[in-house]
Amino acid sequence: MPALTSPGATGDLSDVTASDATLRRFLHGLPGVDQVGAEARAASLGTRSIKTTAKAQAIDLAIRMVDLTTLEGQDTPGKVRALASKAMRPDPTDATCPATAAVCVYPDLVGVAKQQLGDSGVNVAAVAAAVPRGRAPLDIKLADTRDAVAAGADEIDMVIDRGAFLTGRYLQVFEEIVAVRGACERPGGGEPAHLKVIFETGELQTYDNVRRASWLAMLAGAHFIKTSTGKVQPAATLPVTLVMLEAVRDYREATGQMVGVKPAGGIRTTKDAVKYLVMVNEVVGADWLDPDWFRFGASTLLNDLLMQRSKLATGRYSGPDYVTID
Amino acid sequence: MAAPRIDVRKTYKLYIGGAFPRSESGYSYTALDAKGRFVANAALASRKDARDAVVAARKAFGGWSGRTAYNRAQILYRVAEVLEDRRPQFALAVQQSEGLTPARANAVVDAAVDRLVWYAGWADKLTQVVGNANPVAGPFFNLSTPEPTGVVAVLAPQGSSLLGLVSVLAPVIVTGNTVVLVSSYARPLPAVNLAEVLATSDVPGGVVNILTGDAATVAPWLAAHLDVNAIDLAGVAGDTELATSLEVAAADNLKRVRRAPATEPDWAAAPDLTAMTDFVEIKTVWHPMGV
Repeated sequence: MPALTSPGATGDLSDVTASDATLRRFLHGLPGVDQVGAEARAASLGTRSIKTTAKAQAIDLAIRMVDLTTLEGQDTPGKVRALASKAMRPDPTDATCPATAAVCVYPDLVGVAKQQLGDSGVNVAAVAAAVPRGRAPLDIKLADTRDAVAAGADEIDMVIDRGAFLTGRYLQVFEEIVAVRGACERPGGGEPAHLKVIFETGELQTYDNVRRASWLAMLAGAHFIKTSTGKVQPAATLPVTLVMLEAVRDYREATGQMVGVKPAGGIRTTKDAVKYLVMVNEVVGADWLDPDWFRFGASTLLNDLLMQRSKLATGRYSGPDYVTID
Repeated sequence: MAAPRIDVRKTYKLYIGGAFPRSESGYSYTALDAKGRFVANAALASRKDARDAVVAARKAFGGWSGRTAYNRAQILYRVAEVLEDRRPQFALAVQQSEGLTPARANAVVDAAVDRLVWYAGWADKLTQVVGNANPVAGPFFNLSTPEPTGVVAVLAPQGSSLLGLVSVLAPVIVTGNTVVLVSSYARPLPAVNLAEVLATSDVPGGVVNILTGDAATVAPWLAAHLDVNAIDLAGVAGDTELATSLEVAAADNLKRVRRAPATEPDWAAAPDLTAMTDFVEIKTVWHPMGV
């Protein structure tokens, strides 16, 4: 990790959040995003051809980066147990297939997932703080988060209040993130749960807003910034993720701290996943090509990765009959 | 004096999932008529086109197999109607591809239309013929019915480019299967025209996917594909070596295989039911009486 930049730079950032006015001045002082340029850059990075051994590596890396997600009203403990088993051993016929990074569930199912995963190394992520709408009083959001942490969640995915953000009440959003981060601490000590902050970029309207939200969340201490809950269309797109990657890159230059990025929703094929990996490598560099710093929030993506993996290993096309129905 | 008109030199495309994409490979090849003159360019399908076609066929399977047999009959009959409407186009394509006289080519189109109508009629009758209410030693209704096999890869005959094509395609889709079809390599034109007919006659996209190109390069991928449930090897008739290797590849996931004949059969002969029954599974249901 590179050394901290000049103390002046970090000093500037700590002043930024002193009041609503300074925060707004800072966020609106960020350079605007060139929409056409960002989309063209994302599209051109998507044309890279990744084949043979590089493709095999990309597939295994992508599997290790998957947050295997189920966020349905109809989720049952049985479904979560099945999903957790799949996360630990995605391809039961192939012991060389790596495990996924985490299982992502609603807070009430954290205990079930935790029990099934044990000490396998696969984390439990919980969406807390009134995901997907994010419209609840702060104390409810905090209680939701504390419950999930107490049940053993390793990671908390919260969503910002887009209404407050779009109205310009940036300090309110900032303070909510800070408070939820506080709720991620474990009462008895120990490693606090990692906090991922969801922007729901499909509702933020502009890339400028995505950039502002990224900085806001990073200033508030997010470990990860995440595009979407998966409940709103459009969810993750390449240009949105590009803007967020640029933000974490600039944030590291300013403060020396790394923040992770998680596109979620709408990433269904291996080809899509590889495009994201290419973009990570080109925009922020290989430091981020690790499950600690880049994740995919996905459910169906894993099956396609497994089918492609089997195609590379056996030389013949696989089919949906040979992977689980989630 | 008017300038001489410039020929429109056509480059046809594939038919996958109800759309007409170019080959993913970007390649095309020249289709010649029976006398060796240029007719049109056809897309040269690659293994990735075959893969995309299988995905499209799988996606279409639930909807197509779930339709009533009566509805499938109506749609097949509609295909025959549209083909009949386009008679001059098909007669010309057959004439060019197979080197027939106009009268013979017209007779081939007639036979193809009749063949479609014949199979359309079977849609809601096959179950009566090959299904059964079985007598069993217990208080049960025991019913056997034919169910479609799934995604079927069809290698169309190399010689008979329209009648042969229709004779291998219609019996597979009439029972509710979906198809990835590889056309005759040297005579792709009738298959391309048939794709245009299918696209405009109520056949849902993905039920029939037509790849023009070389069976020798595409078929091994289809034969080995784990999401293909059956394969008809009519198009490699006479090529024992290739046919055997395809059968071996198909054995991996226990595909149903319709074996390649030693020589291409006479497609004008009256068909029998095996063309349909080769690609159905018999499902037997036990149901208690009096409940």
